[in-house]
Amino acid sequence: MMKILKYSFYDLMRSRWSYVYLAFYMLLGFVLLFLNSDLSKATITLMNIIVVLTPMIGTIFGIMYFYNSREFTQLLLSQPVKRSTIFLGQYLGLSLSLSMSLIIGLGIPFLLYGITQSEAVGNFITLLTSGTFLTFIFVALSLNIGLSNSNKIKGFGYAILMWLFFAVIYDGLFMISLIVFGDYPLDKFALGASLFNPIDLSRIMILLKLEISALLGYTGALFQKFFGTHSGLLISIGVLILWIFVPVTLMLRKSLKKDF
Amino acid sequence: MIQVTDLHKTFGKLDVLKGVSFSVDKPGVFAILGHNGSGKTTLLKTILGMVKPNGGELRINDQTIRKSWEYRKDIAYLPQIARFPENLNVHELIKMVLDIRNQKGRQDDLIQRFGLEKFLDKKLSDLSGGTKQKVNIVLAFMFDVNICILDEPTAGLDPVALIELKKLIDEERKKGKTILITTHIMSLVEELAEEIIFLLDGKIHFQGTLEEMQKQTNKKNLEHAIAAMLKL
Repeated sequence: MMKILKYSFYDLMRSRWSYVYLAFYMLLGFVLLFLNSDLSKATITLMNIIVVLTPMIGTIFGIMYFYNSREFTQLLLSQPVKRSTIFLGQYLGLSLSLSMSLIIGLGIPFLLYGITQSEAVGNFITLLTSGTFLTFIFVALSLNIGLSNSNKIKGFGYAILMWLFFAVIYDGLFMISLIVFGDYPLDKFALGASLFNPIDLSRIMILLKLEISALLGYTGALFQKFFGTHSGLLISIGVLILWIFVPVTLMLRKSLKKDF
Repeated sequence: MIQVTDLHKTFGKLDVLKGVSFSVDKPGVFAILGHNGSGKTTLLKTILGMVKPNGGELRINDQTIRKSWEYRKDIAYLPQIARFPENLNVHELIKMVLDIRNQKGRQDDLIQRFGLEKFLDKKLSDLSGGTKQKVNIVLAFMFDVNICILDEPTAGLDPVALIELKKLIDEERKKGKTILITTHIMSLVEELAEEIIFLLDGKIHFQGTLEEMQKQTNKKNLEHAIAAMLKL
């Protein structure tokens, strides 16, 4: 599997896109620091960008890579390599290269501004961790969509819709249900609902770490009340890991049944 | 070596293979013939495990291929349309396949035979169709395996390369390998094939030698014999 991972990773490093992505994050980091000139403020602004942007980039890259690497996949499939190895290797190669672009791209400007000497270093690391989680989750989800749709346009459409659903529509539905069922106790429902959206979950995780209760919102506050800050953090990390594990398992199972 | 029993495959509403059974138990060149869309490529891809059958049994070297991938160590494959990862150059692609298969290859000899030396550091996306096909041939023939599966190996080749390919297939046959080949070029079949496997309507319509086919149809010319087969 390491071989497949290596070649997928190389392949991505060769395509200009990983550099574009890296440059974008670097620029973003410098602009944010330039405008805020305060590391902890910049970190908070960055959070809002990360929880929306990394899932989007993961989704788009995931689906693009899947359709673009069909030839590579077919070549590998005719070789003596296990199917699950091929897809796991490609998945890890893609997710790792995207995560590296994120970490290096944001890391450089924040390092130059002296993040290591500031109090915000822990928060910054939490931010990068959740960005990495979101990348792994959304790449897995979009590969699932690619595997179930041989039509590129359809696959792309579904992938964007999936991102839109988690980033925007989910919150809308959530709000509406809170208003409609306002007469009932909704604590458990709200708590459960936030677990089913990795974007919400990472937002809560970051805010719990940042200890900014003002920004926590309803579900975040519930989370804190219910689990406390510490176990709340652990639970959100645990569920995020599940969010990687389940789509990856589904992807591998789907890949075993597919014809190429 | 290869036993196929009652193989079925449907794509949506399309029944492609409707109970294909045949076996190949000796070395030699076996031509799989059939008109466009008769399921030749599907059959080959099923043998490789790239297409999953809906029913039936496939055994390679006396082992079922279900849930197995190790059996592909003994198979080389030349796909119908030569498509490769575009970011690599020829040299890197060959190195990658060597690395993934973890087997020794004789790529240098083949590169020279097909005159690919000057293309080694060209990107695959910049190569012409015929040159890509030559790369495809190098990848398929560089390993010493017992079973070669060639899906339209002649596509896009110039006459010089075609002669070289025929020589290569003949050499491999003499080494005692089993070669499955699909082609629409009848002269190639007449020159090389020991046996013909004829696919019609998702089933094996005929399996036998060239002479048997000519006898059965009363036609001397292979093309006419096949046309007669279709009418039977």
